[in-house]
Amino acid sequence: MAVMIYNEEFETLPREVLEALQFKRLQQVLQRVYHTVGFYRRTFDAAGVKPDDIKTLADLSRLPFTSKQDLRENYPFGLFAVPMSSVVRLHASSGTTGRSTVVGYTKRDIDTWSELMARCFVAAGLTKNDIIHNAYGYGLFTGGLGAHYGAERLGASVIPMSGGNTKRQIMILQDFGPTAICCTPSYALNLAEQGQAMGVDMRSLRLRVGIFGAEPWSDQMRDQLEDQLAIQALNIYGLSEVMGPGVAMECSEGREGMHIFEDHFIVETINPETGAVLPPGEEGEIVFTTLSKEAFPLIRYRTRDVACLITAPCRCGRSHVRMGRIMGRSDDMLIIRGVNVFPSQIEAVLVGIEGLEPHYQLVVDRGGTLDTLEVQVEVSERTFANADEVKVLQKMERRIVKDIKDYLGVSAKVKLVEPKSLQRFEGKASRVTDRRKL
Amino acid sequence: MKVDQISIFLENKPGGLERVTRILKEANINIRTLSIADTSEFGILRLIVNDVEAAVRVLKEDGFRISRTTVVAVEVPDRPGGLHSIMEVLSGHDINVEYLYAFVEKSGENAVIIVRFDNPDQAIDILIKNNLTVLPGAKLYSL
Repeated sequence: MAVMIYNEEFETLPREVLEALQFKRLQQVLQRVYHTVGFYRRTFDAAGVKPDDIKTLADLSRLPFTSKQDLRENYPFGLFAVPMSSVVRLHASSGTTGRSTVVGYTKRDIDTWSELMARCFVAAGLTKNDIIHNAYGYGLFTGGLGAHYGAERLGASVIPMSGGNTKRQIMILQDFGPTAICCTPSYALNLAEQGQAMGVDMRSLRLRVGIFGAEPWSDQMRDQLEDQLAIQALNIYGLSEVMGPGVAMECSEGREGMHIFEDHFIVETINPETGAVLPPGEEGEIVFTTLSKEAFPLIRYRTRDVACLITAPCRCGRSHVRMGRIMGRSDDMLIIRGVNVFPSQIEAVLVGIEGLEPHYQLVVDRGGTLDTLEVQVEVSERTFANADEVKVLQKMERRIVKDIKDYLGVSAKVKLVEPKSLQRFEGKASRVTDRRKL
Repeated sequence: MKVDQISIFLENKPGGLERVTRILKEANINIRTLSIADTSEFGILRLIVNDVEAAVRVLKEDGFRISRTTVVAVEVPDRPGGLHSIMEVLSGHDINVEYLYAFVEKSGENAVIIVRFDNPDQAIDILIKNNLTVLPGAKLYSL
């Protein structure tokens, strides 16, 4: 079957044409923010750079970064580049790490966003004949409405479930027979688990595709979701500051890295400590510049997400660069006794052990001068059904400790806990409790 | 001749055991005997109840991790050397006792112990051949 591409012209532009388009759009957005947003005029002036000084795409690195802190300091509307009369919608980020940041959209912004989400659905192999169960939260969070508008743009039938009310979600999955589901990967696992507990054969639903994002997850978790729900699980990327979901999407043909819609965004990877731009392929913090957004343009926005860029051609034919799986956020990276640890790596270890499920929580503390890492892992039904002896469970604990040590080079204490004693997250999973007073 | 035992994984935290006893009470299930094996972090609660199927169902519904294990109930003469007479019989046959605990009620004049063997079938054979009394589940639940 031929590969389906929603906007074939723009998604397959040859590199030189794409870069020419990016540069033209970059010049326009730089002029616009310099003349309409006080913050950018001040930071550009402080860096001694005028929009006219940017003569090539590479010159972009001369411009200062924009940080989450800058967004907070300009709360709520300080970075808007259009008057409120042109803004048709407001969203706010979940604010998991501080005061939320507010983003605005013009009518054309919503239009662009809808198209990019439609591109994502088509990249996942969906058509207007699909029924999409949208369990991203509706409201201030961008996930729900972002996916919703994209599904409608495609012409698919969208079920606006939003998050929560898991039993009802499972009923709808059975009764409406959606062929695709969008939600966070941890919530998808939660649905699979609760469905099984209710006696529903979650593999025999009509679902064939899952589009999961809004939090980092691992390839092992993908295998597990694909197995438990009998679907193809694909990774989607976005963040409200840059637009919402639909900034980048994995294609069902390649399944290796998410295509960043480069006709609308310029992506860079940087060394998070020095700010230096890294060559493609090197892992670093992802930085975005928006090219077409009107209400809330962003210049060199530091996402804190750590990933690498893949420039090799993709078998799907899209020419847009891909970003690899998010290795974590540069600010949720834990440093345990000098070792860098991402929660996603711990997860990969856990799901690599037969019988374990990736329901876990990390507790970091400091006893005296030494950092301690405690990994709380739920005892899975499968493990315990074959083991009512203390020694079997202790052996499991030792295995986890050893694997974490072997793979990550860090000593952890492992604590087995009862099922469901760890929080189940319907939005973003927060896996880490850091009790260190640093 | 075997007995069904339910094991429940419990974290060592306040209220853990209370949840189990409440669920069983609400389902009108009678605990015939129990034991707890514990470490500093978690415990395994082992129960013999009058209605195994119902107990497993209600506990699972409440999210507990459950396993079902086959154990053997043996009558022990209630006198010095009573338990030794049983261990003596088994020790020559390379059968391991994983754990054991006492049953609350007596069977006639005899005490009853619950034993988890690594090989229950063989253990039962040997016990019976040596004229020891092994109690089937049905009898045990109604003692």
